[in-house]
Amino acid sequence: MTPLNDPLLDIRDLTVSYRTGGRALDALRGVSLRVARGQTYGLVGESGSGKSTLALAVMQYLPAEGAVTGGAITFDGRDLLAHSRADLRHLWGRELALVPQDPFTALNPALRIGEQLAEGLRLYEGLNEEEGNARAVDLLRTVRLPDPERAAGSYPHQLSGGQQQRVLIALALSGRPKLLVLDEPTTALDVTTEAAVLDLVAGLTRAAGASALYVTHNLGVVAGRTERVAVLYASELVEDAPTADLFRQPLHPYTRGLLDSLPRPGQRKDRQRLSGIEGRIPPLDALPPGCVFEPRCPLAVDRCRSERPALDEPVPGRHVRCHRWPEILAGDVSAARAPQAALPLPLATGESVLRLDDVTVQYPLRRTAVEALRGESKKAVHAVGGVSLSVNKGRTLGIVGESGSGKTSLARAIVGLVDRTGGDIDLLGLRLPPRLSDRGRAVLAQLQMVFQNPEEALNPYLTVGESLSRPLVTLLNLGRGEARQRAPDLLEAVRLPRTYAARRPAQLSGGEKQRVAIARAFAAHPDLLVADEPVSSLDVSVQANILNLLNDLQREHDSTTVFISHDIAVVAYLSDEVAVMYLGGLMETGPAAALFRPPHHPYTEALLSAIPVPDPAAIQSAIRLEGEVPSAVNVPSGCPFHTRCPRKIGAVCETETPPWQTGTDGKRIFCHIPLSELAAEQAGGGEKWEE
Amino acid sequence: MWPRVSSFLRRLFADFPSALGTTIMLVFLLLAVFGPLLAPYPYDLPIYEHPRQAPDATHWFGTDHLARDVFSRVLVGARSVLLLAGGGTLVAVALGTLVGLVSGYAGGWLDELLMRFFDSLLALPALLLALLLLGTLRATYGEDVSAVGKGLGVFLVLAVVYTPIVARVVRSVVLAVKTRSYVEAARLQGESLGWILFREILPAALPALAVEAALRFSYAIFLTSSLGYLGVGVQPPNPDWGLMVNEGRRNVSQVPWAMWFPAAAISVVVVGANLMAEGLKRALREE
Amino acid sequence: MLTYTLPRLGFLLLTVVVTSLLVFVIAQVLPGDVCRVILGREAGAARVAACRLDLRLDDPAPVRYLRWLADFARGDWGDSYASGVPIRPLVLERLRMSLMLAGITFAVAVPLAVALGVLAAVNRGNWLDNLISLGSLAVVGLPEFVTGILLIELVAFRVPGLPASSSIAVGTPFREALPALALPALTATLVLLAYIARLTRAGVVEELKQNYVRTAELKGLPRLTVLVKHVLRNALLPTITVVAISAGWLVSGLVVIENVFNYPGLGRLLVFAIDRRDLPVLQAIVMLSVVAFALANLAADLLYAALNPRIRVGE
Repeated sequence: MTPLNDPLLDIRDLTVSYRTGGRALDALRGVSLRVARGQTYGLVGESGSGKSTLALAVMQYLPAEGAVTGGAITFDGRDLLAHSRADLRHLWGRELALVPQDPFTALNPALRIGEQLAEGLRLYEGLNEEEGNARAVDLLRTVRLPDPERAAGSYPHQLSGGQQQRVLIALALSGRPKLLVLDEPTTALDVTTEAAVLDLVAGLTRAAGASALYVTHNLGVVAGRTERVAVLYASELVEDAPTADLFRQPLHPYTRGLLDSLPRPGQRKDRQRLSGIEGRIPPLDALPPGCVFEPRCPLAVDRCRSERPALDEPVPGRHVRCHRWPEILAGDVSAARAPQAALPLPLATGESVLRLDDVTVQYPLRRTAVEALRGESKKAVHAVGGVSLSVNKGRTLGIVGESGSGKTSLARAIVGLVDRTGGDIDLLGLRLPPRLSDRGRAVLAQLQMVFQNPEEALNPYLTVGESLSRPLVTLLNLGRGEARQRAPDLLEAVRLPRTYAARRPAQLSGGEKQRVAIARAFAAHPDLLVADEPVSSLDVSVQANILNLLNDLQREHDSTTVFISHDIAVVAYLSDEVAVMYLGGLMETGPAAALFRPPHHPYTEALLSAIPVPDPAAIQSAIRLEGEVPSAVNVPSGCPFHTRCPRKIGAVCETETPPWQTGTDGKRIFCHIPLSELAAEQAGGGEKWEE
Repeated sequence: MWPRVSSFLRRLFADFPSALGTTIMLVFLLLAVFGPLLAPYPYDLPIYEHPRQAPDATHWFGTDHLARDVFSRVLVGARSVLLLAGGGTLVAVALGTLVGLVSGYAGGWLDELLMRFFDSLLALPALLLALLLLGTLRATYGEDVSAVGKGLGVFLVLAVVYTPIVARVVRSVVLAVKTRSYVEAARLQGESLGWILFREILPAALPALAVEAALRFSYAIFLTSSLGYLGVGVQPPNPDWGLMVNEGRRNVSQVPWAMWFPAAAISVVVVGANLMAEGLKRALREE
Repeated sequence: MLTYTLPRLGFLLLTVVVTSLLVFVIAQVLPGDVCRVILGREAGAARVAACRLDLRLDDPAPVRYLRWLADFARGDWGDSYASGVPIRPLVLERLRMSLMLAGITFAVAVPLAVALGVLAAVNRGNWLDNLISLGSLAVVGLPEFVTGILLIELVAFRVPGLPASSSIAVGTPFREALPALALPALTATLVLLAYIARLTRAGVVEELKQNYVRTAELKGLPRLTVLVKHVLRNALLPTITVVAISAGWLVSGLVVIENVFNYPGLGRLLVFAIDRRDLPVLQAIVMLSVVAFALANLAADLLYAALNPRIRVGE
């Protein structure tokens, strides 16, 4: 039998409804897909697309208020929907397994890791206590946990997030399932950890001959790791295709839009403007009557407004739900926006706006009574350890680093939300006092911040207009009445309707909230804007618009930006200068244009190779970092990166502080390895970036 | 504003227990305000023609061992319950809110000190503290401590015992809210401390505060009526419900209704306050 | 473990200091002249002066506080104003009576309440849960004296062998005291039951929503294993704290219940002391209760830590 005649998982016309407040809303509408035996299948969707519902429906573990109201799920020839709870218990673990999203809450905090694995093994294989424990340790070794014996005896809180996710993978594989459902398995992890975990899963499922259903919001994650991809939007499947085909020639305008929203490595704001998708995903209770994507679609015609498209098969093995696929396939129309003009570049002058000199931020740890009695000295978390940087007027400085790198602490020290413990910060040539309360309103007006999470960016108890009028009152000394009248102008500046002034934050989408937050930050015309991960909580299709907006406003206000992100591709796209941070210190600084060209600091190299590139054809070097980020309480001596550095050259890395080496293109690298050597080794690494 | 209020009320009345609790509290409030006007008989004067009357059409709750109309006494007593339990709760809520806001926002050693202090105060059961205070007052001033004096004592106890509890509730919200971006943005915009505390942070604490106030009120009724029952709270002829149960019990074989009606009144109001607290919790969470 | 225990011991000390200060201020500073309280208002100036000298009332308040606290810690709790007998034996024998009552109550109420709470949580939303929740809500709403009186009226006169009044002699051995203990213990049990069951239910419901429960279910484990081995192990931990807090409630509750049933425990003595204006007895009882409650809390904290791997096995 061919794989397609005998798929492992066959979902036909599946509809899942949730009952809330007396109404039933469809979280999935008529979704069909087939996963062949041994196949890795990617399922991509933004928040609200229904992708997690699909994962839970496959597991037959929908919450009580959710139910399958139509269609069929056939697993390995059996009708899953006809299974009772008791039948399902025999499938779960043994044939169907889930790797959940959030590793920090998915393990029982009160049971040892070994037992959490062994209890399943005893059940599946009839092992006794001892055999079960031994197999548990084997499994932990398979997922490459360092010191598996110790890990088996540990409780979850003693492991890092990446390690816990490895345990969950071991758990899912322990019953040798035929199908592995991975629900955003790496969203909670750092980029470098994510890459390592994804590699591991790919290798293990292949070795076990199991099928895998990857559910994710990240196109880059599925690009190089799956054979087929399906795209969900507003509870419908809009397109599915072999991975290479989908990325090469997406047939649905939404897929096209998603791909264009992501800055590809090497793409820069001075060459090409990002094109996000306008508008927002429709709420489930107000789906458009025709095509669900019609309100946001650049190719929508009258027919799209009235008639819901069917899931057609334009090419054997490809499906798309769009009225206009024949024209798209023939190349007559393109959902790609007309080549966008490059972003207008701010005028850069040589004038320094922000200068950091040896800035340190420490959070003192309280000694416990016992430690104090033992006479131990006071400890501190060294969040930022001596950072010196400078940004010129009109430029954007990007700071990139993973969690624990100190990038957010540095940002907060600049704006004054944390008191720096050492060093100087000058703004426009004037020394900034460390404490916020010592900074006058004139200084506050020069320096504003955009925060990460749009959900808590606005006071939910004030209207948008009230929120926007406040900085006008406090920083520009306007009267309250006048400030209120000016609020709609600020909305207009961030491309929002003036009527939004009367709304409350709860009535806005995440992207709209972030726009309001940006409007508020620009209200008093700051000279410097610090943006701390402003797009990382937003859906991909919204990110691009916010990035464009930030850049436009910077130009209009002639201001300077410090842009902080964990996403090196985004930083490279938006910044003029880039600084890479690790464990509180700078590893590398330099022009963004040179970021992708060797020589790299070994840590930068690892970050680059961990980028989930939305292009299956991209060739990336497979530098993977081992181990965990050391505690910032005891920062390693010498080079702080030596404990994980794949290019460590010897004892000198452990004992001596590396020199700052300056390269020809303005790059400065904090490393013992001579630049020429680094460049030579990394040139062969195989990075092939779009230039 | 109005659509929000009405949708909140709709949620509050959406399920039966919460609707019942809220209704009970509203009726109780009305009775506490207008009770003395509605009372058909004076609460403290005997009706000689109907001594120890069982409940009937003229005396709905009967008359007690001193031939006083129990219905009128229960009505008039509602006000004393509201003044003592409600007033004490209100003081504790106001004080606790203020302390919780400042302590949580300031953080550091001030917060540490206050919270440790409050924790240790919580080791003192409210009833015991009340008995100690009222007992000392009585020992010092004898029986001629005025009802006002006793009331003040109860008031003080409620404030001392419940302020820490309310402060903790508010503080925990403050700790969660003060690191939210909108509060930090307000700081970066140079907002005043007052604005940040009362406009940025306090609204987020109001739901928890409303629930806590309803709960505290039910416990306060519990406490005041227990003190009345033990005979150390307000003194006869005051129609305090707990005291009425105490007097009624002494004569339970002759006038059981004089005990059961005030006992029922206490229970209904306490259960009502509890149900309303549950309902508030749900209705405010769905906001 | 030591890093966990030490601060808690310190907190226990702080609690005793803070509460004792409050007790001292109320009972010794508030009355102004304690001798006037002891001797009555008609007493002559000479007798008052002698009394003041005897009690060293002219010392500054801080000195008197420290002396009083030290005496209390040493076990010298002074003599009763009313009867002149030493307070300590008087209070301790009453304490024994109260502990008998509290002991029975806890032994019955805690396991039963936890079982009911778990039962309600597992069946949440159906009739059993509604029944348990409604029942416990009703009982929580009734003040102890109402519950007590109700039980006397409903049970005592109908069930032979159960006395309506529990006024037995102080020092009655446990076995003989049992019939007298039955109704007061039942009253306290009912209220404690409702209180603990409600909190247990809330804890288990919260725990059932956790992600690790899904992980355990999707391993294919039997339902009972998931419930007992995974959910209850976590859900019952906070119950320890709940029980400790309810110990504090029980202190107040017993005062009322003992008076409803005329049971000769500490609570009865407390109200008696108020009637007799016997301030030292009042103080001693309050202090004793505070210390007992604080110790119960410390024990609960330590037990919690010992059973919780997140504290037992540090980072």
